[in-house]
Amino acid sequence: MRYKPLLIYLFISSIFLTLVGSIWKIMATLQGLKLTEINFNINFLLALLLSLSLVFIGKRINHLIKILVLPLIFTLIYIAINESAPIWYNIGILLISLFFTNMVKNYNLNYLKEDFVSEKIVFDFLSLFAIVFFAFIILFPFYLMFVTSFKLQAALLYNPLDLSIDFTKNISDQFKSYLVIFKTYDFGRYIFTSSIVSIGTVIITLIFAIPAAYAVARLNFFGKTFLSTSILIIYMFPAIVLVIPLYTVFSQLGLRNSIEGLLIVYTATTLPVAIYMLQGYFKSIPKEIEDAGLMDGQNWFGIIIKIIIPLSLPAIASVALYVFMIAWNEFLFSLMFLDNPKSFTLSRAINHLTGDAETPRQYLMAGSVVVTLPILLIFVYFEKYLVSGLTAGSVKG
Amino acid sequence: MNDTLSKIEKRTAYTLLLPAVFLVFAIVLFPIFANIWISFKEVQLKDIRIPEPRAKKIVKSIPEDKTKLKIVYRLRNSSLIEDINNIKFSDSLPRNIEPVELDSRCEFKSKKIKCDFGNWEAKYRENFEIIIQNINNEVIDKNTIKSQKPKLSGDADNILLTTKFTLKNFKQVFNENEFLDLLLTTFYFTFFGTVGAIIFGMFAAQLVNQKFYGRTFMRSILLFPYVGPVVALAYTWTLLLDPNSGTLNALLVNFGIIDKPINLLGQKYMTLNLLGFDIKLRLALTTVIMFEIWRYFPLAFLFILARLQAVPKDLYEAAEVDGAGPLRKFINITLPQITAILSILFMIRFIWNFNKFEDIFLLTGGASGTRTLPINVYQQGFAVSNIGMGSAVSIVIVMLLIIFMIIYFKLIGKRADEI
Repeated sequence: MRYKPLLIYLFISSIFLTLVGSIWKIMATLQGLKLTEINFNINFLLALLLSLSLVFIGKRINHLIKILVLPLIFTLIYIAINESAPIWYNIGILLISLFFTNMVKNYNLNYLKEDFVSEKIVFDFLSLFAIVFFAFIILFPFYLMFVTSFKLQAALLYNPLDLSIDFTKNISDQFKSYLVIFKTYDFGRYIFTSSIVSIGTVIITLIFAIPAAYAVARLNFFGKTFLSTSILIIYMFPAIVLVIPLYTVFSQLGLRNSIEGLLIVYTATTLPVAIYMLQGYFKSIPKEIEDAGLMDGQNWFGIIIKIIIPLSLPAIASVALYVFMIAWNEFLFSLMFLDNPKSFTLSRAINHLTGDAETPRQYLMAGSVVVTLPILLIFVYFEKYLVSGLTAGSVKG
Repeated sequence: MNDTLSKIEKRTAYTLLLPAVFLVFAIVLFPIFANIWISFKEVQLKDIRIPEPRAKKIVKSIPEDKTKLKIVYRLRNSSLIEDINNIKFSDSLPRNIEPVELDSRCEFKSKKIKCDFGNWEAKYRENFEIIIQNINNEVIDKNTIKSQKPKLSGDADNILLTTKFTLKNFKQVFNENEFLDLLLTTFYFTFFGTVGAIIFGMFAAQLVNQKFYGRTFMRSILLFPYVGPVVALAYTWTLLLDPNSGTLNALLVNFGIIDKPINLLGQKYMTLNLLGFDIKLRLALTTVIMFEIWRYFPLAFLFILARLQAVPKDLYEAAEVDGAGPLRKFINITLPQITAILSILFMIRFIWNFNKFEDIFLLTGGASGTRTLPINVYQQGFAVSNIGMGSAVSIVIVMLLIIFMIIYFKLIGKRADEI
């Protein structure tokens, strides 16, 4: 009998069960449940007991009975030694232990004698825990943002732990923060400005980038290699080193506080990556198709409009979505260039809200939801295109 | 024949490229060089506005005589520091209306009052009055007079275009006691932010590369932190970490893990007792780095996942036949396959984190020991209002950036195409 795999299995599986149980407890607390003890040590011992009995019972009794009975016993003991909690919380514990038993149902003393079994166990539990962990740390801030926007100031200060949504409130109370930011803080206008700026940037960038990318991909001219390497180098220069000269020049030209100014800057800063992405795709289009177009007497304008653009729609979609995302999320230039609330973009408007310490945080979070939701929806819907845009453009960010 | 064709091709290429190249040149390359110019000048934020002669027109009626009106022009030099020379003024009057008497500096010609005000020193102010009358003795409509705006022009030195240079900004940048600290903070932030993001990204990629239920969902949500707007995410984190009513502190206090709430974003140092050693941790900086990792590991994840999916499956199968466990497979197959992408990622992310401004600015504003070089550009330029200093710091950043890029292209540039 090799004890190492057994010990590793017992340790890892118990830690896993206890941690998942603790995460469940934390989530329950955040729904307003008054729980104050994690009881890590005792629950760890309990989990150890479960793991131990599972592996020793092994195949001696029917799987189904094992999977059903052991978690039930585990849950009952858990209820007895932990603080009293509502029934839904304990059902959660039962479900977690059911899931756990189901996962390790094939583990028995014989299985633990196989090659590399301890490594496999560690990998299995680690990846399962990683799924829970990553999902939790990523989604939690978004959840917090969302819930806070539906809260009232008093409730937030009274119990910062209660992150449940009170569905008993009437609809106008529920959406009060949203009504306020649209009525008092004029967010409708900011959404409009942000949309105009983002869509405008996409259109202008494409108009400039497609011909340039075509030239880089297809035509021979003096300085081509120099140009294509400098595109990437230029792209590496960050906004922060451009901001002071642009601020001074734009002040003198009267372009600050104007949408035109933002459009110019956003277009120029996204052009290099747009050209870089498009020329790569254009190169993959067979040259024979263009030659056929040339035979038909098309000039370069006709070739681009009639042949290149229809054939490279997926790449153009990627570029467009990527540029849209950059322009919609952009903050530094809008902070520097806009100080008149009439020309604010959404990001700048939310930053402006925090300038007044009195602004209730639920308004701030409602504003954040308003700026985040469209971009997340676009991302989820067009994920395929945006991901390829991100991969190509992710040298920057 | 061939010659003319290639000439046409060249000309077409330049026509197609010109708009894009011009725009990028004007907005990206020009500012980098303009920084050099500005950094050798003593320029304050308030100096950027070009001095302008201004006039505010006020029309007053004269009660005794309805056919006459008094116009007062409040003249001033908009600048507090610069003189304006050779100021010309003009305002037109409707038909049949004339000035009664005119200042010696002015003349009335073809329905226009034209004046030559000469030079105004800084802060100059004057109330300039004219009385006008209708030649046919009719009542003058006040609004038509009001609606006409006077035109002014003048020459002023633009402080940005003079050839006065100074080394003061650079001396100040390097002589500041904090410069070393600034540089160190920037490097801490950059290095740990980059390495952390890559490690997390590697774990996430390894995870999503396996088959499990909900894998596509996991893949989408892993990218959320990067796709979401930085403003919204930074403020959500501020709310989460708030010492008074933030969820994280409330949670830790509730479960008795800490006694008192910790101001994670506002406290410079925290002393940790590890194995009997007191370790002074830069708390706010660490928190900001955590946010940085959280926000940018998706990018590392995306890159590494793409690479992992390209690793041939039979490599793993062969290893399995040879009796290799998961750990050996990871060390001997996966790692060698992704080292190239990891080093590229490290360099690229290092350069970008080095320039990160928004995240720190929104979380701490550069307080509590989180002031990095980019934050310093903003603080010098806009909080202290010293544009010249801000530019000088920008130049330091550009110099360091060029060094990084040279290293990058020396080390990886050639290999980048192979991957």
